[in-house]
Amino acid sequence: MSVPEVPLSDATGAPAGAPVLQLRGVTKSYDGKDVLKGIDLSVGEHEAVVLIGASGSGKSTVLRCIDLLEEIDDGDIFLDGQPITVPGLDPVPIRRRLGLVFQAYNLFPHMRVLDNVILGAVRGQRMDPAQARTAGLALLDRFGLADRARDYPDKLSGGQQQRVAIARAMLTRPRALLLDEVTSALDPELIGEVLSLIRELKAEGMTMVLATHEMSFANDVADLVCFLEDGRIVEQGPPEQIFSAPREAATQRFLARLLRREDPDQPLVRG
Amino acid sequence: MSTPYTLTTRADRAQARRRRRRRQVAISGISTVVLLGGLTARILTASGWPVFRRTFLSAYWFGKSIGGIASAFWLDVRLFMVIELAVLLMALLIALIRTFEVPLLFPVRLLASVYVDVMRGVPTILLVYLIGFGIPTLNLKGLPTSLTLLGGIALAMCYSAYVSEVFRAGLMSVHPSQGAAALALGLTPGQALRHVIVPQATRRVLPPLLNDFIALQKDVALISILGPQEAFRVAQIFQDQAFNFTPLIAAGLCYLCVTIPLTRFVDRMQWRAIRDRGSALALGPR
Repeated sequence: MSVPEVPLSDATGAPAGAPVLQLRGVTKSYDGKDVLKGIDLSVGEHEAVVLIGASGSGKSTVLRCIDLLEEIDDGDIFLDGQPITVPGLDPVPIRRRLGLVFQAYNLFPHMRVLDNVILGAVRGQRMDPAQARTAGLALLDRFGLADRARDYPDKLSGGQQQRVAIARAMLTRPRALLLDEVTSALDPELIGEVLSLIRELKAEGMTMVLATHEMSFANDVADLVCFLEDGRIVEQGPPEQIFSAPREAATQRFLARLLRREDPDQPLVRG
Repeated sequence: MSTPYTLTTRADRAQARRRRRRRQVAISGISTVVLLGGLTARILTASGWPVFRRTFLSAYWFGKSIGGIASAFWLDVRLFMVIELAVLLMALLIALIRTFEVPLLFPVRLLASVYVDVMRGVPTILLVYLIGFGIPTLNLKGLPTSLTLLGGIALAMCYSAYVSEVFRAGLMSVHPSQGAAALALGLTPGQALRHVIVPQATRRVLPPLLNDFIALQKDVALISILGPQEAFRVAQIFQDQAFNFTPLIAAGLCYLCVTIPLTRFVDRMQWRAIRDRGSALALGPR
């Protein structure tokens, strides 16, 4: 099957030198509980920033705040140098410039796979449906899912569903892809197919922010690793430093806990 | 402890299965004959049976009335279809207003809650009288005066309250993450409702929705108290002339002719939806 090549990243619109995404002093609380206590983060073009930390440390909230699914309490978030968290700004056009993939896929069960993939392009971006279908099929084909285009999502394996969810987020060519623990709901034997797809997107220069529990994957794919604890970024640095020589005691404790949980004879970071 | 060899062969098991099956068929057959046969015998031998038969099952009056009733039933069918459409639209609107908190709509939401409470709490027949005979006495210009139309409005008001609660249950059963996924794709809240949330909610509440359809279909007969000559009204006229209840039975058959195929149709639709999705979800298709 011959399909047109679909470019996955879009390098337009950024003022020279500005990071794709920038967070400054972002705070967020739910019902009086502070979930984010001042997050500063910068994501450059083609960079992959990985957020690690225990459950409840605020990783997912960071991603949901960036995609404007949560309203932040204080601070600023910039997309291509423009503030996107200004009160009164319509979040819809901004969300169209970002792609978010959820832990539980959140595919629409009443729509076939291809309709899931093109919904955002057709309804959000007003892309011509026929054109969107061609582009959607091409993307599914690239992701090895062309033969599932007419199936309903729950006929697919978890790994296939998550790849469809990634295709759905990618079809509109987002400036950055936000991946929220995308392998946490998968059976161990299905994790690999999703991770290798993300590696591929990274290799093609997709800008991304990932929350993950997969440390070896984080080590592979990250340009920058941020360790979150209790709503703060405790330590950030290149993966070599964070995983081999963490400076902060909290980071050391977190990694040691992970190490004990896995086989103690194995190195923390698997090849 | 497991034995190292088996005592029963495959043939033994198959034979046992066949025996069990034969016994089940025999039991259900005998119990059906005993129960239904006993009941029928009891009724047919009752001392009042000939009178009952004359009053309710008279072939003469059935033949004489069925033609008129069936042609009047066409009005019921048309009324039912129009009212049903109005009910669906009103109910969905009320459910959306009550489910999603838009500050601007607060007074409307309050009104919707009161509306649903009152309409569900009042006997339908009272509503039909109130709207059917009450509105014309107001003598207001621009309001409809057709009794058929007013009766239809009364039924639509009553049923939209019930059906809105069905829709509301459906809307609330769609997981919030579906809405989040729709927004993340860049859909507006309205688009998320239209393309993602309402379709899933509607699919889930199809069985209770149909339940209310069937109830409405029968309650169209209530409009007869205002005078329009629909099937039940025509049957009553025959009944008055003949001192015989058979015409009412004939009208009942007309209603059954619509409700039973409707039920079967929706059952089949749901079954097919489940098959398409490859999951035998006991709660119906998602």
